[in-house]
Amino acid sequence: MKLGLIIISAIFINNFVLSQFLGICPFLGVSKKIDTAVGMSIAVTFVMGLASVICWAVQIFVLDPMGIGYMQTIAFILVIAGLVQFVEMVVKKTSPTLYQALGIYLPLITTNCAVLGVAILNIDKSYNLIESLINGVGAGLGFSLAIVLFAGVRERLELAPIPKALEGFPIAMIAASLFSIAFLGFSGLFSGLL
Amino acid sequence: MFNSIGLPVIVLGGMAVFFGIVLAYASKKFAVEVNPKVTEIRDVLPGANCGGCGFAGCDALAEAIASGNAPISQCPVGGSELAAKLAVIMGVEAGSEERQVARVICCGDSNNAAEKYEYQGIKDCKAAEMLAGGSKSCRYGCTGLGTCVRECPFDAIHIVNGIAVVDEEKCTACKKCIAVCPKGIIELVPVSKKVRVLCRNQDKGKATMQACKIGCIACQKCVKACKFDAIKVENNVARIDYSKCVNCMMCAEVCPTKTIYANFADRKKAFIIEDKCIGCTICSKNCNFEAIEGELKGKHKVLDDKCVGCGQCFAKCPKDAIEMK
Repeated sequence: MKLGLIIISAIFINNFVLSQFLGICPFLGVSKKIDTAVGMSIAVTFVMGLASVICWAVQIFVLDPMGIGYMQTIAFILVIAGLVQFVEMVVKKTSPTLYQALGIYLPLITTNCAVLGVAILNIDKSYNLIESLINGVGAGLGFSLAIVLFAGVRERLELAPIPKALEGFPIAMIAASLFSIAFLGFSGLFSGLL
Repeated sequence: MFNSIGLPVIVLGGMAVFFGIVLAYASKKFAVEVNPKVTEIRDVLPGANCGGCGFAGCDALAEAIASGNAPISQCPVGGSELAAKLAVIMGVEAGSEERQVARVICCGDSNNAAEKYEYQGIKDCKAAEMLAGGSKSCRYGCTGLGTCVRECPFDAIHIVNGIAVVDEEKCTACKKCIAVCPKGIIELVPVSKKVRVLCRNQDKGKATMQACKIGCIACQKCVKACKFDAIKVENNVARIDYSKCVNCMMCAEVCPTKTIYANFADRKKAFIIEDKCIGCTICSKNCNFEAIEGELKGKHKVLDDKCVGCGQCFAKCPKDAIEMK
């Protein structure tokens, strides 16, 4: 039951992009086409799930016993960057097709705040290993949902009659804010349960 | 002291070294052999991963260029400088051919071509094309909605008075505008060729004249005026064969509708340097316009009012005694 709540919460209620405002950079940068948005979201989901597990292990088995839990941020960045590089190499060697699909997006998200954010939130909420994994994957799915939907909106914006001053980026920001307000509707969904 | 500074340094340093070793090992163990050209190309690309080329970052573009799927001029950031470097890597001869520029073959601007209806659809030439060939009275001409302008990564094409105009300084001949133009009225032309036919209307003369104030009526006068067989009328419209055109501008001079455009101020004149001239008469024999006179073994002279600057004498003179200015 709790796992279900965690995943629903990560996707809708505490959506990383639209409620917690993490990972805004790729959200706006890679959302011009649905194709690229899908590639990016697969890579993010993958890395978030992986980073959640590894960072949880680093926190519990390395940082906490040493009493240096406050070095979390630096340690996690280090872990995530190293991990993504490693995964990229392995994927490139073992599955060229997957590498083609993830392509440039893997290295782009090494220092993404959403990935770091999910790792730190897992520790803050004192999740166990499974819960961390679920939260990581859920957060990734939430990111995917937001970016793919937004890419669809932006593709339509290209063809819409938009006042000259708002063309391009400004209208994307306005659309993103409306999106975010819409997602606020999910808040309080589980207030009695969580 | 040790606990607050030393321990974190050692632990994080240790982690960093551990990851370093793992990555170093992985880079050997999982090394994938790539085309060395890809690496070379990747090194000269700007590396900003801006996506301006339409590929997912510089790596993807490097691969596409190396495999021949993208032209060396694809990167809009590096421009022509980068293209020259890539030409060396790819073994393509970038410098040997003359620079080409895109030109819009239409002069149906707001003054010349009337609107047959008021177009209120999305600002896109392809969309307008589907509505009875666009709002302009001529269905062959530029719709002026700027699909090419938005496509151009070099800011080299603009809508001026209702038609697209190429800025030849900025144009890199990337052909993107040619690919998107639904009318097919943009073509690549060597930059030195100054004479242009500004019409693609394939209707008969009368219909053309009704559609646009300036338009080729296929009268054949230019064909007769051209002494180099460089202009032909096909499908009721004149076309210049730029491999034969020598910029003599005779066609533009005789064109009754002024559809053939040439800037007569750019017209050069031949000029004989008397000290070098040996009177071989080769120049006067090669002149199609009887603009050079002079006796055998005597100094030759160019008749300014007859010379049209075609440069034939300049090319043929064995003593380099002719200048074009």
